[in-house]
Amino acid sequence: MKVNLKIWRQPDAQSKGQFVDYHLDDINPEMSFLEMLDALNKKLIEQGEDPVAFEHDCREGICGSCGLFINGRPHGPEREVATCQLHMRSFSDGETIVVEPWRAKPFPVIKDLIVDRSAFDKILNAGGFVSVDTGSAPEANTPAVKKLNAEKAFDAGVCIGCGACVAACKNSSASLFVAAKISQLALLPQGKPEAKKRARNMVAKMHELGFGSCTSTEACEVECPKSISLEHIARMNREYLNASFAEEEE
Amino acid sequence: MATLDAKIPEGPLKNKWTNYRNSMKLVSPANKKKLDVIVVGTGIAGAPAAATLAQLGYNVKAFCYQDSSRRAHSVAAQGGINATKNYRNDGDSVYRLFYDMIKGGDYRAREANVYRAAEVSNGIIDQLTAQGVPFAREYGGQITTRSFGGVQVSRTFYAQGQTGQQVLLGSYSALKRMEAKGKVEMFTRRQMLELVIKDGRARGIIARNLVTGELERHTAHAVVLATGGYGTVFYLSTLGVSSSGSAAMIAYRNGAFFANPSFIQIHPTCIPQLSDFQSKLTLMSESLRNDGRIWVPKNKGDQRKPNDIPEEERDYYLERRYPAFGNLVPRDVASRAAKERCDAGYGVGKTGQAVYLDFKHAIQEQGAKAIGKKYGNLFELYEKITGESPYQTPMRIYPAGHYTMGGLWVDYELMTTISGLFAIGEANFSDHGANRLGASSLMQGAGDGYFILPNTIGHYLSDKIKEPRLTTEEPEFEEAEQRVRERLEGLMNINGSQTASDFHKRLGKIMWDHCGMQRTEQGLKEARQMVKQIKDEFFNDLQVPGTMYQVNQELEKAVRVADFMELSQLLIEDALNRNESCGAHFREEYQTQAGEALRDDQNYMYVAAWEYQGEDQPPKLHKEALSFEFVEVKERSYK
Repeated sequence: MKVNLKIWRQPDAQSKGQFVDYHLDDINPEMSFLEMLDALNKKLIEQGEDPVAFEHDCREGICGSCGLFINGRPHGPEREVATCQLHMRSFSDGETIVVEPWRAKPFPVIKDLIVDRSAFDKILNAGGFVSVDTGSAPEANTPAVKKLNAEKAFDAGVCIGCGACVAACKNSSASLFVAAKISQLALLPQGKPEAKKRARNMVAKMHELGFGSCTSTEACEVECPKSISLEHIARMNREYLNASFAEEEE
Repeated sequence: MATLDAKIPEGPLKNKWTNYRNSMKLVSPANKKKLDVIVVGTGIAGAPAAATLAQLGYNVKAFCYQDSSRRAHSVAAQGGINATKNYRNDGDSVYRLFYDMIKGGDYRAREANVYRAAEVSNGIIDQLTAQGVPFAREYGGQITTRSFGGVQVSRTFYAQGQTGQQVLLGSYSALKRMEAKGKVEMFTRRQMLELVIKDGRARGIIARNLVTGELERHTAHAVVLATGGYGTVFYLSTLGVSSSGSAAMIAYRNGAFFANPSFIQIHPTCIPQLSDFQSKLTLMSESLRNDGRIWVPKNKGDQRKPNDIPEEERDYYLERRYPAFGNLVPRDVASRAAKERCDAGYGVGKTGQAVYLDFKHAIQEQGAKAIGKKYGNLFELYEKITGESPYQTPMRIYPAGHYTMGGLWVDYELMTTISGLFAIGEANFSDHGANRLGASSLMQGAGDGYFILPNTIGHYLSDKIKEPRLTTEEPEFEEAEQRVRERLEGLMNINGSQTASDFHKRLGKIMWDHCGMQRTEQGLKEARQMVKQIKDEFFNDLQVPGTMYQVNQELEKAVRVADFMELSQLLIEDALNRNESCGAHFREEYQTQAGEALRDDQNYMYVAAWEYQGEDQPPKLHKEALSFEFVEVKERSYK
């Protein structure tokens, strides 16, 4: 199949970027989207041009490295996939495909399609953990954890930290990402002792780093490659509200 | 020059680790803060090591090439993590896990290390659970387990088919906590390019900042490599495409011995290669073999759809050949059996390079819903790639390069032959012999990181408390940086016509064909020539666009591929040297009548530790003899 590509090129954070058109003739529909970009880059290198920089690693939808804004949607047209799991069979022959990096103020462009997502790490540093030193953990079956709670915690815990939720949101809110961690740990007895502090600090950090507020458009849930539910944002809000009324240290 | 002293503590097997800890030297809390440790790699070994060392009071500098430490490839481990909790009351014990690993590794691992790995396994599950890792549970709220290949007990803890992700993120959260406390300084987007040795001891690294291209000097009192495996030597593998053997090769070139490099696990259940442009192969967890049955048609070249082939015309060849373990034989056995059927002409799919993994019976017995609960996300992953639903039609699978049992030689303290340089997790060679059992990689990596290294490194550092920090102006840092600069400029200035990936693909094919699942002396000798040729071509015709001082992903790749060239040569020498078959190392010349691996315990019951002798010089072989005091060495049978 043939494809026309409009790809965002930007040499570095300081320079201005622009769309550049490329055309590829012999694309196999079974190729993954990233393999199509590999083919483009091979061609560019052989022509002595600068290849398109993009992030990727596991190429099976779990590391969260890849993340491209394709035809106006994070990770492209398919539901529940990361960009690396998208295949060219999802596009039609001769289609024009627009490829952009995540667009969000807290995610500045580093080069071409690579953005700096270190803001996510900073949010987790603010409380996305249980304070337990190595060696001090109780026996794993103490306490018992309701099966349903463990399953819901897992459903939140599957977040791959790709940033699609932020890219999908008109407010560039990181609520789904932050909620996934707050909710996972709030659902488990292990996370309870620090739940209030965690909710307060992580939400504050998210705002401090320039992410917007949630206005419940639900775009994040639709675009999340792991289908993390808005229910977790509701739980985060409850945790946060609870925390706001509680004493400084519980 | 270094000698091979494994420093195994005296005493009965079950007391060795306790004895070691009772007699090791300690560093007082007040002194720990004067000591710096570099940890390279933040996967299931590196993240726990960095976090635990920081908790103990050391100053840790942690490095990863990804944009976040959460993305290390441990995240892709699927099936589970072993421990000897014996929650099922099915006869499990530390000794039994130890025995299973020794046997699974075909008697090519060191007893004391393996026993210790089994011994610390329960603490890992406790630690991870306390961090909020949502392991699968029963209705009563207790943690549940499942079975894995090569064992007859149920000791694998899991979180659906995403155990690696959950376990890694738990460890990552521990790392985040110590970062927040200022005890870990995190350096993301850094590629380690050189090791700095001063007075015979590892004292720092040179890393390239992958955003600015700058070379940075980092000093420490000890360096820990937690840099994973090198299965991507085959180009196509289940690993992340940027996983590499570069850090291990840097250590090797600086004098660390490389042990059993040719012991590479080929995982039996992966989605087969569909086309030439493919950049990676995706694993389908071994856990699927709990309920899935593997078969090929009894008739050669049967073109019918799998569901149209009646039961009596199916050959469940694992159940036929290995009645005791059936579909749950170890990985090396399952991989070779699949290759044997495909080579004999019974393979399925377009290429004939695949076998079926069928859930029909399991779905009939347990219902689609129950199967979905266990494997739902794996079924979806399969469907996304192939467009077929495993609920309706059997999966097609084929073996792919996966895990490296070989790695840097380490002693009982996990220290390499370079003083002060430690290797943990998949980067070392220690616990899996010639074949790794499923769900023991997360276990070994986490065990090394949480419980073993934090003890042994203290023993090493105990007499270094008065040593001031080095400055980066030392001549050794200057020289190391210079070497890196020359190497990178060398790659940038070839100005040839082929990309690093072109070379990697061709190298991978050579290695897969000649040094993969089955090896012969002749094939290996041919591969030796071919690798030499392609390596020469690489250094004459490589094209790296751009400059050094910017984001340059092609330069990063070029470094990795250059290291793979040299690593391939080493791998071939090791495979040629070992005139026997054991575990994943299968030399066609050495097999039983039934086609099973035929060991030569008389001549090869040793760890082959290779010492670098200079570029294109044959490496020097050192042998660490293996003695088995606590198990009886027998033919490894799963029949």
